[in-house]
Amino acid sequence: MSADIKIHDNNNDNTKVSRIKAINWNRLIDDKDLEVWNRLTSNFWLPEKVPLSNDIKAWGTLNGEEQRLTIRVFTGLTLLDTIQNAVGAPTLMQDAVTPHEEAVLSNISFMEAVHARSYSSIFSTLCSMRDVDDAYQWSEENEHLQRKSDLIMREYEANDPMKRKVASVFLESFLFYSGFYLPMYWSSRGKLTNTADLIRLIIKDEAVHGYYIGYKFQQAYNAATPMEQLEIKDYAISLLMDLYDNEIKYTESLYDGVGLTDEVKTFLHYNANKALMNLGFDPMFPAELTAVSPAILSALSPNADENHDFFSGSGSSYVMGKAEETEDEDWDF
Amino acid sequence: MEPLLVYFSSKSLNTHRFVLSLDMRSVRIPISMKEEMPAITEPYVLICPTYADDDGSKAVPKQVIRFLNDPRNRELMQGVIASGNRNFGDLFAYSGAVISKKCKVPCLYKFELSGTLEDIKNVKQGMRKLWESLKQTKQQHLMAV
Repeated sequence: MSADIKIHDNNNDNTKVSRIKAINWNRLIDDKDLEVWNRLTSNFWLPEKVPLSNDIKAWGTLNGEEQRLTIRVFTGLTLLDTIQNAVGAPTLMQDAVTPHEEAVLSNISFMEAVHARSYSSIFSTLCSMRDVDDAYQWSEENEHLQRKSDLIMREYEANDPMKRKVASVFLESFLFYSGFYLPMYWSSRGKLTNTADLIRLIIKDEAVHGYYIGYKFQQAYNAATPMEQLEIKDYAISLLMDLYDNEIKYTESLYDGVGLTDEVKTFLHYNANKALMNLGFDPMFPAELTAVSPAILSALSPNADENHDFFSGSGSSYVMGKAEETEDEDWDF
Repeated sequence: MEPLLVYFSSKSLNTHRFVLSLDMRSVRIPISMKEEMPAITEPYVLICPTYADDDGSKAVPKQVIRFLNDPRNRELMQGVIASGNRNFGDLFAYSGAVISKKCKVPCLYKFELSGTLEDIKNVKQGMRKLWESLKQTKQQHLMAV
């Protein structure tokens, strides 16, 4: 083979890294790779950073059903992280079009392992081993959770890099959120706030993962023929609908008992729109179905809404920002 | 004069897609630092995405900083609309707060990624109102002279 590391793959319009070469971060093919690498490495964290044991008291204030729900939700999230760590990101690595993309995906894979590991830290800090074992048993038997896993795994096993990216973005930007809702809800009620801090670190990572994989999807999509684009868009919408139908059932099976199902569904719609945007598609759920409660939004991004009112027509007009002084040397004034 | 937007969008094109949906006059700040900056000669609103590190630094893309380092561009800016992702917590659309403080203009609106239909409606309406009030201020000023 020539010195060129790229070969053309006849099955699709993507190129693949076919022969290993020393990676050179000073010669970038796509500068998005370095930008995202820097973002991910600057976000790096481990669960030991969060004082989870401060939540022991709050855990005791949850009733039996609420505790069981929380453990189940986190077990479901652990399964998704395990899929991304062991199958999702490594599969996408094989489709990488630059060596730097492979490196970024290796970071994503490892962070998914950190996320999965974090839930076990929460369990060992707050819960009894028996309750956790029960939840793992439940996760093996819950048909909706298993179907969610099957739907994604099927796409990862199919030989189409664009479809794998679509599935991956839906996992990162949509499927996690039936689970993420609960710690945000507890946090909005002043409960399990340290656990919520840890989940927020995960939520931040998943945003970068969804953004990056979605960006790589768009690069391939834009290079595809109009026919291929039509086909892949149809495929994406129909996969989203399959996942959505299942997610609604999963949500009902988890949250009906505590009366939160409707709120979680709204949160799902809101995040499905964001998943579509990450793929470069238009959001699909209308505003009335995506109006997440202000308490949950501010649990997600505390203090972010103080001066967002001029164009929305609520609150006082013209509010100046209260930003901290930034030390960016690029500013000239 | 019709409302004018100046915006930056990286290769992800999130902000670019939002601006296209607004269907208003717009100027894009180039991604390449070598490219010449567009000359702005009338009032405008800036739309800026956010790329903050964990400590909030580097929230404003360097291309936008380069654009704002020109005092004429700062003078004509009527406000900033910032985008981002709520998943980033406190730092959601943080570039809006930084530019607002640094350039003493209001942060007019925040939206996520490439914006929803609701965001498009709000920004269109807001821009129209803002330009009407600019026109009135200008007329009052002329009458006073």
